[in-house]
Amino acid sequence: MPQLPPFLLQDAQGGRHSFPSDRPALIGFVKEDCPTCDAVMPLLEGLYAALGSAVDFFVAGQTAAGNQLLTARHGLTLPLLDDSSLKVSFAYDVEVVPTLCVVGADGQLQERLVGLARDEWRRALEGLAVAAEAGPLALDWESYPQWRPGCGSRSVDPAVADRLRAQAENSPLRARRIEVGDADDAFELMYDLGFSDGLPLVPPTPERVLRMLEGTGRDAQEVVAVVPPNMGEATVEKVAINAVLAGCRPEYLPVVIAGLQAVCTDDFNIHGVMATTMGASPVLVVNGPVRHRLGMNMQLGVLGQGNRANASIGRALRLAIRNLGGAVPGGTERSTFGNPMKFTMCFPEWEERSPWPPLHVERGFAPEDSVVTAFAMSSGPVLMVDQDARSGAHLAGSFGLCLESALHPRAHFATEALMVVSPEHVDTFVRDDYGKAEIRARIQEVSARPIGELVADEVSAVGLKRAAAAAMDATALARQLPKFRRAEDIHIVVAGAEAGKFSAAFHGWVTGEVGSIPVSQKMED
Amino acid sequence: MLTILDPTDERTPPTRQVTPRTGKVTGNVAFLDISKPKGNLLLDRLQSLLEVSAPGVRINRYVKPTFAKPAPAELRAKIAGENDFIVEALAD
Repeated sequence: MPQLPPFLLQDAQGGRHSFPSDRPALIGFVKEDCPTCDAVMPLLEGLYAALGSAVDFFVAGQTAAGNQLLTARHGLTLPLLDDSSLKVSFAYDVEVVPTLCVVGADGQLQERLVGLARDEWRRALEGLAVAAEAGPLALDWESYPQWRPGCGSRSVDPAVADRLRAQAENSPLRARRIEVGDADDAFELMYDLGFSDGLPLVPPTPERVLRMLEGTGRDAQEVVAVVPPNMGEATVEKVAINAVLAGCRPEYLPVVIAGLQAVCTDDFNIHGVMATTMGASPVLVVNGPVRHRLGMNMQLGVLGQGNRANASIGRALRLAIRNLGGAVPGGTERSTFGNPMKFTMCFPEWEERSPWPPLHVERGFAPEDSVVTAFAMSSGPVLMVDQDARSGAHLAGSFGLCLESALHPRAHFATEALMVVSPEHVDTFVRDDYGKAEIRARIQEVSARPIGELVADEVSAVGLKRAAAAAMDATALARQLPKFRRAEDIHIVVAGAEAGKFSAAFHGWVTGEVGSIPVSQKMED
Repeated sequence: MLTILDPTDERTPPTRQVTPRTGKVTGNVAFLDISKPKGNLLLDRLQSLLEVSAPGVRINRYVKPTFAKPAPAELRAKIAGENDFIVEALAD
C-alpha cells in the first residue's frame, strides 16, 4: 500500500477523527462478533491509556451497534469509530479483523498486523512507543494468547463487497444512478420509468451490474452497437444493465452483446423490424460451444419457457432495443398485434443431433466458433405436423405445403422461413440420405405454382392483379413460381424433443435489402 | 436507500418544434415518395392540385429507396438543402 488512504470517521459522540495527522498513528479494524477482536480490546484500551497523548488512535468498528457493545463490555475510554459504511475497511483492503496498521509521524505504514500474533504485536507496538517517546509499555502481554486467527472483515462479505467496489473511485460504472426512496418500491418505479416490457424486472443495482460485467472481458465503456431509432450508444455497461433487468447470469452477457451487434446492422434493419405494423421480431439462434457452457435448452420445449438462458438472453436483447433504442409500442413500434416473440425468442441448435452442417457452419464460421444468428420473423413457431411420411421426399413435401401459407398462400417471392426440424423428422431424412439442399429443393418444387394460379379472384383479392394477368400470354401465365425467391431463404436448424413427428417454422417478414437480411455475429471466447 | 442504474441511453430527446405556419406555400416544395405502393399516385394528385392553387411554387420529387428503412442521410440533406417545404407521402 504505497500511500495510506485518508479518511474521516466519527465516534459515537459525533467526534470527528481524520487521518492523516502529523503524529504517529495506530489504525485498527475490529468487529464486535469476532472473538479475537473481543480478546484484544483490553490490550487496545491499555495502549490508548499509555500512548493516547502521543499517538493518534483510529480504531474503527464495522457496525455502530457493535461499537456500543464493545465499549460497554470492556468499559472503553478508547473512542471506537463508526465504519459501518465499510468504506475505510474497503479502502484499506481489510480482509481479516483485527487488522492493525502502525503508522509513523510521516504518515507511512510501518507495520500491518493481521489477527493476533502476540510477539509480533509486542515488538511493533513497543517500537511505536519508542517512536512516540512514550517510555516502556506496562502491559501484561503474557495474559494474551500466543496466537489467534482473526475473523472475516464485513467489507469482504459477498453481500456488500460489490457495492463497496462500485462506490470506490475506480468503479467501471458510469451510468446515471437512480435513487429509490425508502418508501418507494423499486419494481413499481421501474414500471413507472418505462423500463419494462410488462413483466417484472430485476433491479439493476451497482452490485448486480458489476457482477454482470464479469461475464465479459470487454471494457465497460466500449460502444458495441448504436441502437435505432434513437441511435442510442450501447456501451457494454448499458447492455449489462439491461441483461440484469432481464434476469441474465453474467456468463450470458457475450451472447446478448453479439445479438445486439447482429441486429444493429443495416442488413438486419432493427428499426424497420420494430416499426413495422406486421409485428416482426428478432429470433436469435445460438450455435457453437457456448450453448453447453450456458446450459441452454435445445431439446424438449426448446422454443418455450423453462430455461433461464434461452429466456433471459432473448429478453435482454429486446429490453436493450427498447431502453437504448427507444423502440416502444405506440411510439416507433407500430405493430398491429404485437407478438409474443417480442418478449423473448432465443434458442440453440441441437448440433449434435443433426446429420447436417449446423447453421453457423453453413454461414461460414468454424464449428468451434460460438455464433448468434438473428432472423426477423413475423410469425411462429408454426407447427408442421406430419406423422405419416416415411421418406424424405414426402416429409419435405409436407414442409413445402405448410410453408406456402407464410404471409398468404399467394405471396410468393415475398418472405423467408426458419425451420426447426425435430429429431424424429431428422431420422426420416437420414434414412433417405436427404440433406438440407434436397429439403430446400423439394420445398421449392412442391410450393411452385403457375403464375396463372396466383391471380386475384373471387376468393381473395390478394395476388397478381387481374389487369396485369390479362396482359400476359399463356406461356408467361404457365411459368412456375416457387414460394421463396431463393432456396437459401429457407433456413434449417435442428432442435426439439426426441418424441414428436412435428417440426416448427417461423415465417419471415419482408426479405432482402428492402426489409431484413439475417445476420450472424461471432461472440467473444 | 436502494440505488439502480439507468438502462436507457440517458439522452432526453430534444423537444421537436413544429415549423411556424405562414398560411401560404411559396418557393420550393419537396414531394417525398416513401416507396409504398401508390404513394406516387397520391403525390401526382397533390401536385396537380398544388400547381393550380399555388402557381408560383416549384415542386421537386424525391423517392426513398425503401419505406422499410429511414431515408439515407444524403437524401435528407439534399431535401433540406433544396426546399422550403416538404410533403411526405404514405400510401398503401
